Formats: sequence, structure tokens, C-alpha cells
Amino acid sequence: MEEKLDLKKENIIPDPWSLPLETLDVSKAELFQNNKHGEYFRRLRKEAPVHYCPDSMHGAYWSITKYNDIIAIDTDHKRFSSDTNIVIGDVPEPEFVAPMFIAMDEPKHGVQRKTVQPAVAPTQLSEMEEALRQRVCKILDDLPINEEFNWVERVSKELTTQMLATLFDFPFEDRHLLPYWSDVSTTTTTTGQDVDMFERQRILAEETLVYFSKLWHKRAAEPKKFDFISLFAHGEETKDMINNPAEFLGNLILLIVGGNDTTRNSISAGVVELNRNPKEYDKLKSDPSLIPNMVSEIIRYQTPLGHMRRTALEDVEFRGQKIRKGDRVVMWYVSGNRDEEVIDNPDEFLIDRDKARQHVSFGFGIHRCMGNRVGEMQLRILWEEILKRFDRIEMTGEPERVLSNFVMGYSNVPVIVHKK
Amino acid sequence: MVKVVFVEHQGNQHEVNAYKGESLMEAAVSNDVPGIDADCGGNCACGTCHVFVNADWLSKVGQRSEMENLMLEYAENLKSNSRLSCQIEISEELEGLTVELPKEQY
Repeated sequence: MEEKLDLKKENIIPDPWSLPLETLDVSKAELFQNNKHGEYFRRLRKEAPVHYCPDSMHGAYWSITKYNDIIAIDTDHKRFSSDTNIVIGDVPEPEFVAPMFIAMDEPKHGVQRKTVQPAVAPTQLSEMEEALRQRVCKILDDLPINEEFNWVERVSKELTTQMLATLFDFPFEDRHLLPYWSDVSTTTTTTGQDVDMFERQRILAEETLVYFSKLWHKRAAEPKKFDFISLFAHGEETKDMINNPAEFLGNLILLIVGGNDTTRNSISAGVVELNRNPKEYDKLKSDPSLIPNMVSEIIRYQTPLGHMRRTALEDVEFRGQKIRKGDRVVMWYVSGNRDEEVIDNPDEFLIDRDKARQHVSFGFGIHRCMGNRVGEMQLRILWEEILKRFDRIEMTGEPERVLSNFVMGYSNVPVIVHKK
Repeated sequence: MVKVVFVEHQGNQHEVNAYKGESLMEAAVSNDVPGIDADCGGNCACGTCHVFVNADWLSKVGQRSEMENLMLEYAENLKSNSRLSCQIEISEELEGLTVELPKEQY
């Protein structure tokens, strides 16, 4: 019965080539949940690479779908603003606006980002590598053998949660709160889900903010350390952020989501794609030195965050299209990473791909992902330790994807782990 | 061809023959010099081709653009002689140019 319902859901997603181009809407979250978005973007890249959709649940929006056009918009921050809105749907004003530096323009964005960036810059990360490896080993050694379980829960979510707890120096026993709050934040009407925004706001304000405010006061009273809260609390320009609860909450959400949904889904995607491409799994096992390159390929192939949105600050003529002041401009990273003009055989998952680092998943310009090295490090260490222990992580059923046009993720990846 | 030298963080030297008109980043990548990631392929958009230009050469490699300045502000270990190597164009004037690489790109 359940299977029939699923089939029906897929059937209601029409073939994009059968629809009128003028009204093609790629923002529907169910496209991504059913993994049907690929052909939609292929058509846009081919027939209308800078495309105006006149109507959607988020209103009208431009789609930027080609690799180089995404770089052009992403680096043009003076004309394409990140202020307040960085996903396709507008934050309902004013009660839900939570300012965070990813959704600010210069100079404020730079000031806040530079304050917390040292927590995830290479020097600090190399200090953490050994401790992270021990945690990875523990997670892997505790896995059931020859018994089906959900890889997302036991590994992807657990590892990223532990890493994030370290970056916040968050009480370890309460660490499960972090992915919980992350999921609450990313379940929002602004990325295509139907949800009670007031209840979402209540949880974030009454639970997340209250918990972190206590942490802040503790860190402010102690000497400065290299965790996010301490860096904010001692930062010359940010030490009063605690008096601006909306902005404190906004930045917390940014750092929690940034460290959760992204790497979590790349960890899951690695297992999914290696199972779908057994030749690649064989390559990996015979040559573990491919791991760093594979990590970049996973991040390209999965594109953990499908898009980022900007708002035009002035009229701009772009690739022959007239983008007007105030228009929403959506850079579909998930499409740029499949641009056949820039990436050879982009639909293939190849762990030894040439120039695998040249993907758009981290974005470009001043808002480029701050935690990219943390994500890469977690994936690298995880796969190093997997190869030492396991002959194979066998995917035993179809993975389930999440409903969102922003988070490209998995809720369930059933696996059986086979020991070496 | 123009001879340029990359010095890794721990001291390893790589002497490379660069083509006039290409960027210093391209010269490094096409000669497999380790330590230059160049994730954006030369668009001054990622900050992962960071180098330190030896003092003697600073005036010859030109000025940072506004965008390069902005990107470098987010690099680790920004110094007054920091440059993004994708923004330095190889010319005959740069024969012998020596740059140092950071321990890691960010």
C-alpha cells in the first residue's frame, strides 16, 4: 500500500519537457524529495539558463542555472544583496526576521564572520583532528554488524552533531539538541514546507535562545577560547550581541544549520553513491589515496545546499535578460554542479574526477562557505577509518530524501555493514 | 617562458617555467605545485590560491583589486604581501619571481 502511494507521488511530477517553458517552476520541494529535479534544470540550462518564473508559492523569481553565471552573480555582491533573505522564500516580516551574517551585506557581514571564523580555520582544525578521529572510531566501532540500520541516524547525524558540539564547546550530554534545533530551523515555509511558523519561532526563542544565552554568559565570564560562543562573546564588535536576541538567535541558527545539514548529507551521499556505482567503490578500496578527491566529488555530486538567493539592488541586464531592482535571483548550485559545458560527464559520480574541487557547492565570493574545511575533514577522516574496518557498507533499500528545495538531504539510508 | 619559484611552507622549492599571459596560479596548477587549490578556477572568488610575494617583487606584480582585497580579508594569515595568485599575470618582468605558500589554503 505504501509503495503504491509513493508511486502515485512520483507520477504527479510531470516530465519537464512537456510543460510550457515560460511558467516552469523548479522551486517545488517535492521535485527534490523525489529526485526529479535533474531534468528540470537540464531543460533550463539548455533553453533558458537565466529564467524568469512569473509565479510560484514563493512569488516570482529568476533562476541562474549555469556554473559560470552562478560565479558571476555570487561575486557581484554590490548589486545582488544577501540582506535578510538568502533562500527563495521571503522570511515573513517582521516577527521572524533573525539577522545572521550570511544574510547581511558588507560591512556588517565581514565584521561578524571574521570574529567567529578562527574556530573553523585550518590552524584550529589541525588541532582538532586527532580528537575527531577518535570520535569517528568510536562511532564506527559501535555499529551493529550484519544487521540493518539507518546510516543517517547512526553515523551522519551523530558525527556532525559531535563535531558541532566541539565547535560550540556545547555540553556533550545535551548534543542531540543541536540537530533537533537545526531541523526545526530548516523546516520552514521559505524553503517549500508547510509548517506552523509560530510554533517554529516559539521553539527557537524559548528553547534555543534561552539555552545559548546561559552558555554565552558563562563564556563571557571566562577567558577567550576558540569556540563560536566564546569568540562572539569576546569579539570587540560582537560582545553586545547578547543584547540583540534576534541577531544572536540568527547567528546561532546559521552556525548550527551550517554545521549540520551540509556535512550530514554529504556523509549519507557518499554511501548512497558508492553503492549506486560499485566500480567507484572498488576503485576506492584499491586506492585509499583517492579519498580527498572523492570527498570533493561527493560534495559536488550531492550539492548539500541546493540554492542560495540574492535580491537585486538595481536593474541589471544579465545574459540578455532584464533583472529588475527588487527581483529574487536564485543561484541553483544543484544545477551549476551539473553544467555539462564546464564539467565533463557531470551526471557521473567519479571519485578520481579531474579538478573535482572545482564545484559550486560552497558558493563563491565573500559569502563562500566558512566551514568548508571542517566538512572536508570530517568526510576524509570518516572514509579513512571506514576503509580500515569494513569490507563494504551495503545499502539495502532505496534511500529516502527530505522535502526541501534548499537542503538536499536524506532522512533514511538503510545499510548493512560487513566487516573486513 | 618565464622562470618563477614557489616555496612551500616547509621549504620545498618548485621552479616552474610559466607562459607569458597566464596567471601565476595557472603556472602552479599546470606544473602540479602542491598547496594551490584554486577552487574557483581563477575568478578571484574563493581565496584558495593565496601566496606571499617576496618583498623584492611586490612592486612588480601589480596592485590588488578591490575584490581581491575583500577575498584576502577572509584568508588565514593575511599579510601585507599576501596575493591571490590567479590575479598575477605572468610577464617577462617577473623572471625569477619567488612566492611562498601558506601552510594551508582556506
